[in-house]
Amino acid sequence: MRERIIERALFFTALSATFVLFLIAFFIFQQGVPLIVKVGVGRFLFGLKWAPASSVFGVFSFLVGSFFVTAGALVIAVPFGLGCAIFLAEFSPKALSRVLKPVIELLAGIPSVVYGFVGVIVLTPLIREYLGGPGLSVLAAAIILSIMVLPTIISISYDAISAVPHSYREGSLALGATRWQTVTGVVLRAARSGIIASLILGMGRAVGETMAVIMVAGNAIKLPGSILDPTRTLTSNIALEMAYATGQHRQALFATGVLLFVIIMIINSAAYLLIKKDE
Amino acid sequence: MQPFLEKLAEEYMSLHPRVKINVQGGGSTAGIIAVQSGACHIGMSSRPLKPEETGLNAIQIAYDAIAIIVHPKNPVAGLSLGQIRDIFAGRIRNWSDLGGPDALIVVVTREEGSGTRGAFSQMVMAQQDISEQALVQDSNGAVREIVVRDKNALGYISFGLLDPRVKALSIDGTAPTHENIMAGRYQLKRPFLILLRPDAQCVLADSFNGYVLSPRGQASLAQEGLIPVQP
Repeated sequence: MRERIIERALFFTALSATFVLFLIAFFIFQQGVPLIVKVGVGRFLFGLKWAPASSVFGVFSFLVGSFFVTAGALVIAVPFGLGCAIFLAEFSPKALSRVLKPVIELLAGIPSVVYGFVGVIVLTPLIREYLGGPGLSVLAAAIILSIMVLPTIISISYDAISAVPHSYREGSLALGATRWQTVTGVVLRAARSGIIASLILGMGRAVGETMAVIMVAGNAIKLPGSILDPTRTLTSNIALEMAYATGQHRQALFATGVLLFVIIMIINSAAYLLIKKDE
Repeated sequence: MQPFLEKLAEEYMSLHPRVKINVQGGGSTAGIIAVQSGACHIGMSSRPLKPEETGLNAIQIAYDAIAIIVHPKNPVAGLSLGQIRDIFAGRIRNWSDLGGPDALIVVVTREEGSGTRGAFSQMVMAQQDISEQALVQDSNGAVREIVVRDKNALGYISFGLLDPRVKALSIDGTAPTHENIMAGRYQLKRPFLILLRPDAQCVLADSFNGYVLSPRGQASLAQEGLIPVQP
């Protein structure tokens, strides 16, 4: 009897998390979709002008902003993250990995506002000084985000690489392959879907990050023309304007949330499917 | 204007321990609607009422001014209102057009919906849009931080938040000083209003209002960097 009560209780707690998700989704869609319908999907997604005061809501430049910032972050983070995961899993002495792994995981625990602060104080003046532009830019946001997604990429890739059975490596070495050939030809190939999943989860983190990006990206509405130009992402747009938005403007921010929700759903489902396939 | 009123409410409550004042923000429009609809006893607004916003007693409690700020090393000391408008509209882009060095102007503005941006638009922009290239920051402090760090930047903040790390420009030859703002010579001035419903007959609201206008209330507003209405 007691067993059953506890079982039930646990079942409800498990359900509550999903319930909250549905509640949030319902609320965002209920608030945002009417505006998208009113403006028109095409005009909302591909409109270049965002002027809430005159009821013009086009989010294309924010979509592009999110895309470039995320892509830039991955371009920087992938070689470092993968290299680090390969080293930790295949080449590093045990004692060294025992130190490095927790340190890397600590990186994930630093609040994003701290990353943003370091970006504003250290990174943006350097960019302004040596590369030009206002410093607050696509590049600054991409660099800060690349550091923030490293822990995700490293730890999930590391797990995928470590999960490759030892017999694969032994077989490869027995056939006369060098250690490096074994890693690139056998281990990475076997761990492929796990590694791709790590990149996709890192991408999700980069798309969703808000605070650090607001602080270093400059948030200009205009479509960025180069990586030294300021840009605004979808998440920044919501967080920046939320405080005073009323009426249609508020709905438009929820509509931005709808778009973000859909993007994150796609990214996470892709990662989930890849991990599933691996099993 | 919320932080200023919070401070006054705290002082008032320490004088009258049995009174509870709950200060909430959300923008001037929200404040006006709330008092009109009776959701609160006292409203506040950092902009003049529009003609269609009727049925309220608007009591001016202080002035705030908007200062146009640049880096202290910037050689430009003053601009005309028209030049400021042209810069924010994106028509003047280089400091060399204003007697400064040959460098692009980094324009910093506030986010859509902010009261400071609203007041700035109303007083400077004359129905024109602020350039989409302008950097956008979501607080006075963040705008100031950018100007402190970038010698080509130009932004606007509340007069009460000026500090020595930035230089406030004169406008049409008038510097943003206490005297100039009080005398009405400095143009970018906005009122801070307390709003009451004339039909509400709320003794406490009147008493709080009296405190804000008293020498003590006015002195503490002045201490926070605002320009009091009662000298």
